Amino acid sequence: MNYIIIIISAIFVNNIVLAKFLGVCPFIGVSNRVETAIGMTGAVTFVMVIATIVTYLLQHYILIPFGISFMQTITFILVIAALVQMVEIMLKKLSPILYQALGIFLPLITTNCAVLGVAILAVQNDYNLIESVVFSIANAIGFGMALLLFSGIRVQLELVDVPEPMKGVPIAFLVAGLLAMAFMGFAGIV
Amino acid sequence: MAKKESAFANMVFTLFVITLTASTALGFVYEFTKAPITAAKQAVKMKAINEVLPEFTNLPHEEVYKIAIDNDTLYFYPARENRRLVGTAIETFTNKGFSGNIKLMVGILPDGSINDIVVLEHKETPGLGDKMSKSKSDFSLQFQGINPENFNINVRNDGGDIDAITASTISSRAYCDAVNRAYKAYLKGREK
Amino acid sequence: MNQWKNFNKGIFRENAVFVLYLGLCPTLGVTTSVINGVGMGLATTFVLLMSNIVVTLVKNFIPDKVRIPSFIVIIASFVTIVELLMQAYLPGLFDELGLFIPLIVVNCLVLGRAEAFASKNSFTSSVVDGLSMGLGFTMALFFLGGVREILGSGSFLGFKFIPGDGILLFILAPGAFIALGYLIMIMNKINKKTA
Repeated sequence: MNYIIIIISAIFVNNIVLAKFLGVCPFIGVSNRVETAIGMTGAVTFVMVIATIVTYLLQHYILIPFGISFMQTITFILVIAALVQMVEIMLKKLSPILYQALGIFLPLITTNCAVLGVAILAVQNDYNLIESVVFSIANAIGFGMALLLFSGIRVQLELVDVPEPMKGVPIAFLVAGLLAMAFMGFAGIV
Repeated sequence: MAKKESAFANMVFTLFVITLTASTALGFVYEFTKAPITAAKQAVKMKAINEVLPEFTNLPHEEVYKIAIDNDTLYFYPARENRRLVGTAIETFTNKGFSGNIKLMVGILPDGSINDIVVLEHKETPGLGDKMSKSKSDFSLQFQGINPENFNINVRNDGGDIDAITASTISSRAYCDAVNRAYKAYLKGREK
Repeated sequence: MNQWKNFNKGIFRENAVFVLYLGLCPTLGVTTSVINGVGMGLATTFVLLMSNIVVTLVKNFIPDKVRIPSFIVIIASFVTIVELLMQAYLPGLFDELGLFIPLIVVNCLVLGRAEAFASKNSFTSSVVDGLSMGLGFTMALFFLGGVREILGSGSFLGFKFIPGDGILLFILAPGAFIALGYLIMIMNKINKKTA
């Protein structure tokens, strides 16, 4: 039962982008094209889940037992940076097209607040390993969902007559705000 | 900017030196801030204990004891005025908050009634669940003076006598859960 | 390098939030009040300044291939120092800023300046750059925090001057997006006029 609550909470009620404000940078940058959005989501999911697992083990078997919890920030981000390097190398070999399409955004997954944020949150919420995995997958789905919804809307936005100062990022933020408002409607579920 | 060759040995050496320097510096800052951090955390607890109990003269956190209940551990802070027990502040929590854990400090008098409650930590929604704080609404005042022995601490929707915060039944329910947990542990402690 | 121009760029023409769109996560996340916003801005400025200084001093000793991981370790160290110092001496602010303090390490602004500027410029320029981008960032948080606090809580710097509740939306998630959208639009207009 607990897992259902974690999943629904992460995807809808406390959506990582629209409610927790993590992962906003790629949200604004990548969401122009649906295909890139899907590719980005896949890469982020992979990194997020593995990062959460590794950082969980790191926290519980090394940082806490040795009393060096203050090294959390450094070690967590290094784990994520290493993982992103690995994904880059893998992607170059397995799907050069996707590698090209994602371009600069692939190394930028390292600085994606969502990945580090989810890793830290899983530890802060005191989840065990399985709960952490469920949590990270759910958050990745939530991220992807927000990204896909948004890219669909942005494609339409480009066809519409927007006042000059509002063009591009400002109007995108207003739409994101409306999307966030819509998601607040999920509040009563859990 | 490659002023140095990217030979493997160089790379490993550089990273090693940087990480070593960083860890040492951090270790030093950690030791340096350990005492102030503990003091700051204690100050928050003391403030809460002061708020939920009548006047006392001892240092409750020096007499803190733990009571285990349902796989959880709650911390009890006895407050005394010249050896006489004035009341006990109980640090309790609930996982059933709308947006995460909620931590409360419940002050219970020797006769088993609740003196007062303050919120230590919460992540509830501003304007809704955050009304459990004294500064935002009078929700918590209804707990003052009640004795859980003859008062059903549950929201009215659940058959109890507590008026929930409007549109924040979940947060209110969680609050009651934390209070009940504290009382349950208190009863267990009294058996000893 | 004209240091005056170097300093100015971070405030207007290349403002981190309103023009470069960097560091958006904390911008949206902590600006529920002016104090929180400015607190985060100053913490980030400290990290930015210190990491710029260290990077510009050691840039000649770091092999090219490992420069990003090296920068990350340097930045993460200063973030942890800020975390510990805040926990010890400003616990109230620490609780308010919460998760976003360790997230300074992934603030694109900090890593971005280390990579794009401090690793390629002189000590003086890097210091000025760090101060300029950091203060520009703080200014953005000040404005967004101000708008959200005044409209959302009817207060400023903690002093309530409008009785009763404000427009709740502004201290919740949607309000952050909407307020930021409008502020960016205003910044666009200002920059166009002075271009």
